Amino acid sequence: MLDETYYQKTDAIIARHSCEPRSLIPIIQDIQAEYRYLPPELLSYVAGKLGISESKAFSVASFYENFSFEAKGKYVIKICDGTACHVRKSAPIMERLYKELGLSKKKHTTDDQLFTLETVSCLGACGLAPAMMVNEQVHPKMTPDSAAELVEKLRKEESV
Amino acid sequence: MIGTRDELLQSRAAAESKLNSYDCRILVCSGTGCIATGSRKIYEIFRELTQNAPQTTLEFAPHEGETKQVGVKNTGCQGVCELGPLVRIQKGNSVIQYIKVQPDDCSEIFEKSVIGDEIVERLLYHVDEKPCKGPEDIPFIAKQTRIVLKNCGKYDAQSLEEYLASGGFAALEKAMFELTPEQVIDEVDASGLRGRGGGGFPAGRKWKQVAGQKVTERYVVCNGDEGDPGAFMDGSVMEGDPYRMIEGMMIAAYAVKAQNGYIYVRAEYPNSVARLTKAIHILEENGLLGDNILGTDFCFHMHINRGAGAFVCGEGSALTASIEGKRGMPRTKPPRTVDKGLWERPTVLNNVETFANVPDIVMKGAKWFRTIGTEGSPGTKTFSLTGSIRNTGLIEVPMGTTLREIIYEIGGGLKDDAVFKAVQTGGPSGGCLTTEHLDEPLDFDSIKKFGSIVGSGGLVVMDENTCMVEVARFFMSFTQRESCGKCVPCREGTKRMLEILERIVAGKGVPEDMDELLELADTIQNTALCGLGKSAPKPVVSTLRHFRDEYEAHIIEKRCPAGVCSGLKQYIIDPEKCKGCSKCAKNCPAGAISGEIRSPYVIDQSKCLKCGACLDNCAFNAIDVK
Amino acid sequence: MTIDGRQVTFTDEPNVLSVIRKANIDIPTLCYMKDLPIYGACRLCTVEDGRGRTFSSCSETPRDGMEIYTSTPKLMRYRKMILELLLASHCRDCTTCDKSGSCRLQELCNRLGVNRVRFENTKEQYELDTSSPSIIRDPNKCVLCGNCVRVCENIQGVNAIDFAYRGTDAMVTPAFNKKLAETDCVNCGQCRVVCPTGAITIHSNIDDVWDALADKDTKVICQVAPAVRVGLGDAFGLPTGSNVFGQMVTALHQLGFDQVYDTTYGADLTVIEEAKEAVERLNKNENLPIFTSCCPAWVKFCQTRYPDLAGHLSTCRSPQQMFGAVLKEYFKDETKNEGKKVVSVTIMPCTAKKDEIRRPTSWTNGEQDIDYALTTTEVAAMIRRAGIKFETLEESKADDPFELGSGGGVIFGVTGGVTEAVLRWIGGGTDGTISTCGVRGEEGMKEFTYKHGDLTLRGAVVSGLANAARLMDRIRAGEVDYQIVEVMACPRGCVMGGGQPVMGVDTAPQTDRINGLYNTDISYEIKASQDNPAVQALYEGLLKGREHELLHCPKVEK
Repeated sequence: MLDETYYQKTDAIIARHSCEPRSLIPIIQDIQAEYRYLPPELLSYVAGKLGISESKAFSVASFYENFSFEAKGKYVIKICDGTACHVRKSAPIMERLYKELGLSKKKHTTDDQLFTLETVSCLGACGLAPAMMVNEQVHPKMTPDSAAELVEKLRKEESV
Repeated sequence: MIGTRDELLQSRAAAESKLNSYDCRILVCSGTGCIATGSRKIYEIFRELTQNAPQTTLEFAPHEGETKQVGVKNTGCQGVCELGPLVRIQKGNSVIQYIKVQPDDCSEIFEKSVIGDEIVERLLYHVDEKPCKGPEDIPFIAKQTRIVLKNCGKYDAQSLEEYLASGGFAALEKAMFELTPEQVIDEVDASGLRGRGGGGFPAGRKWKQVAGQKVTERYVVCNGDEGDPGAFMDGSVMEGDPYRMIEGMMIAAYAVKAQNGYIYVRAEYPNSVARLTKAIHILEENGLLGDNILGTDFCFHMHINRGAGAFVCGEGSALTASIEGKRGMPRTKPPRTVDKGLWERPTVLNNVETFANVPDIVMKGAKWFRTIGTEGSPGTKTFSLTGSIRNTGLIEVPMGTTLREIIYEIGGGLKDDAVFKAVQTGGPSGGCLTTEHLDEPLDFDSIKKFGSIVGSGGLVVMDENTCMVEVARFFMSFTQRESCGKCVPCREGTKRMLEILERIVAGKGVPEDMDELLELADTIQNTALCGLGKSAPKPVVSTLRHFRDEYEAHIIEKRCPAGVCSGLKQYIIDPEKCKGCSKCAKNCPAGAISGEIRSPYVIDQSKCLKCGACLDNCAFNAIDVK
Repeated sequence: MTIDGRQVTFTDEPNVLSVIRKANIDIPTLCYMKDLPIYGACRLCTVEDGRGRTFSSCSETPRDGMEIYTSTPKLMRYRKMILELLLASHCRDCTTCDKSGSCRLQELCNRLGVNRVRFENTKEQYELDTSSPSIIRDPNKCVLCGNCVRVCENIQGVNAIDFAYRGTDAMVTPAFNKKLAETDCVNCGQCRVVCPTGAITIHSNIDDVWDALADKDTKVICQVAPAVRVGLGDAFGLPTGSNVFGQMVTALHQLGFDQVYDTTYGADLTVIEEAKEAVERLNKNENLPIFTSCCPAWVKFCQTRYPDLAGHLSTCRSPQQMFGAVLKEYFKDETKNEGKKVVSVTIMPCTAKKDEIRRPTSWTNGEQDIDYALTTTEVAAMIRRAGIKFETLEESKADDPFELGSGGGVIFGVTGGVTEAVLRWIGGGTDGTISTCGVRGEEGMKEFTYKHGDLTLRGAVVSGLANAARLMDRIRAGEVDYQIVEVMACPRGCVMGGGQPVMGVDTAPQTDRINGLYNTDISYEIKASQDNPAVQALYEGLLKGREHELLHCPKVEK
């Protein structure tokens, strides 16, 4: 069960948009931005408010890659696997970070809720391939080593 | 507030005189690439330097004695993304282009080039050890023809003032006060402008169809869901010159009498979303968007929708479905988007670059536009040049430019002087062009003839170290992952094609696989529901056509000619170099290495997992990979 | 236009596909349904034009001079490949599948000669969803044609299931992969009607009933709903809409049912109770309009989606439940039950009836009255399993003392039938104006005005819950002024219920079953329920003073 504040926050988010079915995606994008994931309870809640069925809302939310029904880590690392990055060897970076973070294709978020590792099809920084994005910041010309260093740095910052 | 035509003229005049009053402008590139390499910091440093130096001021004020008026501006993409952060110092007509500017370099640049009139030579671009002073001296830029990107790198991307000073909104003004909607459409039609999003459908014809509808509620939608991996042109235009694209949309709206416009931007472009949002806000504040624009009865409202992570939303009907809050699944056509698009109303749907071309066409006329490019494909095309190429970045060239010019003259040839193998165009919906196409002029029709498409304009250069089978597998895994799952051929067919390709790169291919791939491709290309599905097999068909020998090498000889596919790698111990230390045998997780101490060890290929542990740990460089 | 070289004329056909079918070419489809929006997912209806261009015929508008080819070698190859691809990701336990023999996918693979599957089924396997008493979902057999999703959303307005995820992960499921029983599903079973494969099937109670029939210490009685008689014949290749009631009674006796009754009798009870209630409310002018309550899918829909209007529902139980309660009471008598345990079975055109028997609001004194509700389809399967040659059976009559039903009761199976029967009560019989006042016709939304003496009744007759939702919105908004509203969940009424045998791919006219019931009405001597002597006798006997206990919904604490 989510506490009351979640619903209050959601009400505030809905109020920023028009309360009709077309606003579903922007609203849940805002919720996702707020909590770094989309709590299922809130999706159902929004569906009710907008007058669409729960299964429709789920249908839409599960279609788009950006929505996650599970809590994401504090740092969401997106490794670009666009063509340019792929040609310039982004796959080894992924492998290295899987190893460093103890994650896999099935497990995206570390147990301490610090890191979530994902791939993304293109960050639009092809000129600086291979690239990766940590939260909103793009890091250019990565190597497996520099990616591992970055993760280590973030980890240290957290433990202080 | 710019509520009338006169006020627009006054505002432009004021903006121009302000622009001219700068003694110096520090133009810091704030494209996604340069931000990634740290240009925000550079911008801040220059602002601080300007503010703190007694000889300069940031404030805009009438000239006082010796104080220099210095503008520090965030511009759109300056082009050579790989060499960022990029900074230009502009004094009148003289421009210095600095590359790879680090925070420590700023004060030197400031002292020498802003306050003084010297050049910091070490930060210039060099060709054959000769420095290039201005951007136009850099071959990468000099060889381009910039229409869509002409403001990128020259003006503050976010400033309406600077856009006005650059001649912005003159085209809208001309359209609204000197042309009828029909004349605008005729001009665009006569220009031969074709949709830059991939299909190349004539924009004018589309507009005409919308204008001819009975239903009066109409929409203009801009497709900014540039999803092709390896393409970032539209993103650069949106963040680098947002007003140009908006002006193009407004002209379209005026021409087809639409009341609302939507821009659909992919979620991975936060900069584009932010700048477009701000631009729209500024225009609304100034009355250039909203009701009764420039005192006429033209009303136009704009909205931004962020994508939520679905490549298929680049397809028109999926995109409008997504704006409507639905799953982004393409629907059957007819009805076409021009008949029943967004909210089932007539809709003009073009991509970013198409709209960005419109202002100049209206301003300078169709005839002018047709002097650029080829007969069938007038105008320019932006490309993002990436991959194994010396100068990566954003380029704009006339249609009909050859691949050789792009790769060798603009791109500076292949990285590390590698041997050119192919260029992938059109992303996952396209195919590859090879050495035999190097001297062919590229436009919509010629590329199609070669089995590929212009697409939105990604050019990924590949050299001999790229495995074409692996590339095909990569694209197939992309389309497969991005398939919406609606129609059977795309959903199930691409999955099976991917399985076969995975099998081949893992060394488990069988000769029938190639025929099976072509059979699946044939079915998908002819029966899939939407354009994305229909073109999904293209990379495979194209690589099979041009590089069948590589497929055969994988399948029959169990060999990857490029040495990329790990499943086909062979780790071999060079008996000459091996000292018999046994370290590799101890490290081998599969127990595939055996031998006697102090004599050469041997790898049992049937047990080898190709993990590379032996290679990583060999102190004598005795392990070869084939 | 020309189709395969033949000149074919077209008029108002909405798409090329219907023109092709009109030309008597059964072009393969999985996702095309005449009454549903075009979806275009299966791509099997792809055709070729004169220039070799391929496109799906379901989505193309017919134009003059078109040149269409429907079965070129190329198209055959594509269709075969599409089917092979579908089969590759499909659970292929055909021999034990409920749908075997009536599966569209199986039929098409047969027809098109799909004789091998080169790909492995690598799809994740899912558990069956057996949570609903009405239907079973087997995601492993789903071909994602979306028929169920569209019927649930566009026709029924329920949207209990929808697509989720995308690409090869795409599936049809309730929100958050919940069980169907946890959703707003109203159990109408229309999804099962349109499902081309075994992905949605009826939750069968056949085995329970076989057990009861085999048990010597039980007396198994059954009642058969009006619509069943015009649907069952389809399962045995008889002309659609033929009334096979007589043969069915014979078959049921052969199967071992001790007593076979006609739910038309129950319908007569419903008419009387509901008409009385309507008149009472009219007189008091409260809770108007009165909503019919015969259709359990509608009742659930109203209660979950329009709780504020649920008070308008008639308090009457449905004919099945009224009759069930009466039968239970009747067989309490030792001379009637012969000292055996009585098992009460109903045979319905409907999957929602399986849910209705389990709702405490339709029980008597806290006890369930009916043990099993079978569908027409299940009964057809039982008859087949017993090896009975249905087509050759002699007719028999239903058993005493409930064998008699009125014409008003029998047309309950058609949209508008309940209202018409109630009007026959109010009007004191068929007065010639009732059948033409607007209650008849297969449309999903009808309005009627009936005048009798100084009484003018206005009302609406609705089938399809999406239509009902539209009507409810208007009632909420105060836009309409009706006294009676009849709602049946299934379009065209119970004759097209979710438990009926599925008719061929939009070839059979949907009105045949409707006409079958109207013809039955014509053949009946007694037209109005109140004139049924057997019913009159019951009111004088067993029912005396107990109408509310046995025929109306008890209040149940939630």
